[in-house]
Amino acid sequence: MDATLLLGLYRQMALCRRFEEAAAKAYSQGKVSGFLHLYVGQEAVAVGAISAAEPTDYVVATYREHAHYLARTGDARGAMAELFGKASGCSGGRGGSMHLFDAAHRMLGGWAIVGGHVPIAAGVAFASKYRDEKDVTLCFFGDGTANMGAFHEGLALAGLWKLPVVFICENNQYAMGTPLYRTLSVEDVAVRARGYPMESEIVNGDDVLEVREAVRHAVNRARRENLPIFIEAKTYRFRGHSVADPATYRSKEELRKWMERDPIRMLADRIQTLGIATEEQLGALDDEVKAQVQDAVEFAERTPAPEPDTVGEHVYA
Amino acid sequence: MPEPRVLTFREALREAMVEEMERDPSIFLMGEEVGHYNGAYKVSEGMLARFGEKRVIDTPIAETGFAGVGIGAAMVGLRPIIEFMTWNFSLVAADQLINNAAKLRYMSNGQFTLPIVFRGPGGAAHALAAQHSQALESLYAHVPGLKVVMPSTPADAKGLLKAAIRDDNPVVFIESEVMYALKGDVPAGEHVVPLGVADVKRPGRDVTLVAWSKMVHTALKAADVLTGEGIEAEVVDLRTLRPLDERAVLASVARTHRCVVVQEGWPFAGVAAELIALVAREGFDDLDAPPERVTNLDVPMPYARNLENVVLPSPERVVATVRRVLGLTEAPRRPAVAGRGR
Ligand SMILES: Cc1ncc(C[n+]2csc(CCOP(=O)(O)OP(=O)(O)O)c2C)c(N)n1
Ligand SMILES: [Mg+2]
Repeated sequence: MDATLLLGLYRQMALCRRFEEAAAKAYSQGKVSGFLHLYVGQEAVAVGAISAAEPTDYVVATYREHAHYLARTGDARGAMAELFGKASGCSGGRGGSMHLFDAAHRMLGGWAIVGGHVPIAAGVAFASKYRDEKDVTLCFFGDGTANMGAFHEGLALAGLWKLPVVFICENNQYAMGTPLYRTLSVEDVAVRARGYPMESEIVNGDDVLEVREAVRHAVNRARRENLPIFIEAKTYRFRGHSVADPATYRSKEELRKWMERDPIRMLADRIQTLGIATEEQLGALDDEVKAQVQDAVEFAERTPAPEPDTVGEHVYA
Repeated sequence: MPEPRVLTFREALREAMVEEMERDPSIFLMGEEVGHYNGAYKVSEGMLARFGEKRVIDTPIAETGFAGVGIGAAMVGLRPIIEFMTWNFSLVAADQLINNAAKLRYMSNGQFTLPIVFRGPGGAAHALAAQHSQALESLYAHVPGLKVVMPSTPADAKGLLKAAIRDDNPVVFIESEVMYALKGDVPAGEHVVPLGVADVKRPGRDVTLVAWSKMVHTALKAADVLTGEGIEAEVVDLRTLRPLDERAVLASVARTHRCVVVQEGWPFAGVAAELIALVAREGFDDLDAPPERVTNLDVPMPYARNLENVVLPSPERVVATVRRVLGLTEAPRRPAVAGRGR
């Protein structure tokens, strides 16, 4: 096992976790507003998948995209400042938690209408194919998205035109307060891919290496053969749908069982078992990450809000 | 007469649905999280327990699908209440509402009517950013074939929702996310408020403020401030945007000779513009000043709180506009913002 790789993945997942813990705290202090959807418990999916792509591959995600943004850009300051609604945020304070963009890093959002970004991701892949560029698009979405028309139309077109996009379903078992089994007529979201037609794979979304392997394989094929591939990562969100949701619709027992498979702890165990790092060394890495998040919070606090008279900027019609 | 009770807006809406569903078994409620979760905003709390899964139906996230299912069911005699978690998501189903629901009765030469209510919260809440803060009533009110209803008080919410459910035509019923906890007297017993009838929420002689939903309260706050300056504003609550109670608006303007429309949402081609066209055309001789409007700035909603506050209509902006309409100030017509904001 590659020690640098494992420690790098660990660091990224820890950054996502600490970032969101700090964001939740700032929310409770009234410094972050709006909807705040945490990815706590699901970090292995975004981190594993994005680590498997080239930095020039595109990332298109939902409103639950802090981790995707961080995994792609490493820019905790820009993300935190965005949550604080500051001009120094990655979307200038105009987007907030649900709309993180970074064109330079090919982080293409940040979309908050369920399913709407799925055809958009297909369109990004269309452009890559059109220009004969070998970039692949990663499209992330939740299990609850699998009944949306836009989801199906996006998959249909990607399948028809053989577009190089890897669709990654983050199956955290719930869409808001509704468990998947009450809204999905099939057991696995992955079977939906079959008719378009698209190969699919189901992975353990709490195992960052398993996600990474599957996405690496998919990205390579998408790039080489110009075709879409569908991956369903089974995972679980430890927090409510948003920080305002106490998540009373699920049992403590269920939550406890999933928290035993905390993706970060599982990776830490693996790293220690393999003798790559000791608990103390991982602790030091954690401290480093905490300092980075603290720095991001301080940056977000001290930089100014957008000037009111800029409100009309970027309005062209 | 039994005494009125104080209910929250959400309780009043629930009472309307419950009473109507008790009365008519062909009525059902369908939408995301309406059942087991008791409603994303708890409007339907307890309704699943009361009516069971047959009549309080949780859907997947599939707005085009369940809006269309509602229309199909209504074509053949059921009376669906379709809840959009917010009206922003109705845009996914705009095809069903605008192309299908609005057209059916006309293009079938009246062979079909469509007794269906689409309801849910619209407008901005707090810092929900561009995709979650839209006031879409002007868009739906643009379409012949859709009734558009927007209550401002719990009593109206109950009475108008009951009327909407009893109506044989598609009704777009837009509530407000930030008003669900608002309390107010609701008459006991049967209480139905007819669609298409405006209501004077505050009498006044100096200027007419036309508003609906949340903006009625913005207008009332402005009216309180203006009273301190010796200006008495009349607040006309449209309650229904389509069909529009033109007579009520014109009658008020005939009394006050001045008109300011307060509208959440964008100015361009909005309901406020329609009202100003009405007043200019039909009330021209009554006017002592050009009619004006206070609306959102003409921009997508920014996330940052300080920007959002600039975008949304405020009592202060209403007061400033009224002063101008009364010739008391020469405040700039447009707030000083860069770009095309106004
Ligand atoms: C079209 C549309 N309908 C409803 C919503 C409200 N909503 C936001 S997230 C969500 C649940 C999405 O679940 P899922 O796709 O599983 O993603 P997760 O939140 O679990 O990551 C809903 C219903 C929305 N944003 N867009
Ligand atoms: Mg989900």
